[in-house]
Amino acid sequence: MLDDFMTRATLAGIGVSLAAAPLGCFVVWRRMAYFGEATAHAAMLGVAISLTFEFSILAGAILVSLIMASSVTILEGRSLFLDTLLGVAGHSSIAAGLVIVSFISGVRIDLMAYLIGDILAVSNMDILMIWIGVGIIFSLVIWRWSPLLLVTMSEDLASASGYNPKKENFVITLSLAIVVAVGIKVVGVLLIIALLIIPAASARSVASSPESMGIIAAVIGILSSILGLNSAYLFDTPTGPSIVCVASLFFFILMTVNVVFKNKN
Amino acid sequence: MLIKISSLDVKYGYKTVLKNMNLTLDAGEIVTIVGPNGSGKTTLFKAIIGAIPISKGKIYTKPNLRIGYVPQQLKIDQTLPITVERFLKLAHKNFNKSLDKIEALLGSKDLLNIQVNNLSGGQMQKVLLARALINNPEILLLDEATRGLDQPGVASFYRNIENIRNSTNCAILMISHDLHVVMSSSNRVICVNGHICCEGAPESVATSPEYKALFGSDVDGTFALYRHHHDHKHDSKIER
Repeated sequence: MLDDFMTRATLAGIGVSLAAAPLGCFVVWRRMAYFGEATAHAAMLGVAISLTFEFSILAGAILVSLIMASSVTILEGRSLFLDTLLGVAGHSSIAAGLVIVSFISGVRIDLMAYLIGDILAVSNMDILMIWIGVGIIFSLVIWRWSPLLLVTMSEDLASASGYNPKKENFVITLSLAIVVAVGIKVVGVLLIIALLIIPAASARSVASSPESMGIIAAVIGILSSILGLNSAYLFDTPTGPSIVCVASLFFFILMTVNVVFKNKN
Repeated sequence: MLIKISSLDVKYGYKTVLKNMNLTLDAGEIVTIVGPNGSGKTTLFKAIIGAIPISKGKIYTKPNLRIGYVPQQLKIDQTLPITVERFLKLAHKNFNKSLDKIEALLGSKDLLNIQVNNLSGGQMQKVLLARALINNPEILLLDEATRGLDQPGVASFYRNIENIRNSTNCAILMISHDLHVVMSSSNRVICVNGHICCEGAPESVATSPEYKALFGSDVDGTFALYRHHHDHKHDSKIER
């Protein structure tokens, strides 16, 4: 069954959508969209380094994303221009990554595969990695669900309740790095943030609790990747962008329905 | 003794926000902190709950001290859908067992299914106080909890706090946003401006030269216990 490239692609797409859903909610709630994007851009530098020294792209991407996210978090307390800092760190990482890759001689590397993903080329090994990532993120998020929600609402309330906001924030950062890394193959470093934000934002229109928002985001993400994948096959369009287009469609439909419904009441 | 703060310094970067703070709090005490904006009142609370690192000194808290913290405000992002019930559940693991208690704290169960984002200022204040009281705190930290309440609201809030203290012997440490009004049953008033300017019984602080120096001599006579207070200009002829 796993010999079929469409089956492999579907499994990979579902996996990444599942991992991205609960995390995407936190990214939206905490207004971390730009942080997430910068983390994803940093992964390109990780890819370049892994290609240069010929080790696992996954490990390289996770490592550099983590370093970048942690250093920005540490610097955040010391200066007020987080936005600018993220812009500088994220974009210089992606630029440096692309420059480094151009130096690598021999193997001809398809840059687009890293920027917007190449889901049709996922191997069984990639699928295994993606689903291990899903497992890790789900265990982390479910285990820390309540403190994460509390920290998201108010770090001071969390502190007063005996939680350590720094620890909880690291759970988010770590999960973000993992999602970015496993998402590279599927939608690439440029579009992974879309897969985080768009399903969560779509789910907001219809959700009434944090849990339902996470579940609805997961359903929208999975539907987007299946529909996107098949329409890409049908119309011969790039798969990553097609998946994101379908997700955006969900967003607009749900938002419109929500607005119309609310006006009626 | 619940809390003992000794020679506490807190810095943000290079800026010293609190210097040489000393404070002890015993069970059942009501202590009100007043001070101008940026004088470090909220910083002191954050140091007590461990939300910010301290630069010098010590904060001793009784082991396993149950703190009920009511922040100045709670702004939840519009994108986060969460009902009051779910929000209160986050504070307490055995929520279902004490649902009755929460209803009692909230005054009704009408609020339970409202989205936190849709609460009015007064409702939010009720919810935050209920949340702080859920785990039977030994100390309540109230940061400008009466902000946004009207005069009767403030009065009934203070009565409520006093009742809580009387029935549970819980210590109350509160920041008052109004420099001139202090809860009448405060055991002590502490006047903070980066350090402790003066402290003592409400009446003695009001007449102390440090208090006058900090808030200007025009405050003379305006320091009042809450039930006598009117802060509108047109009231002054009648009241004072």
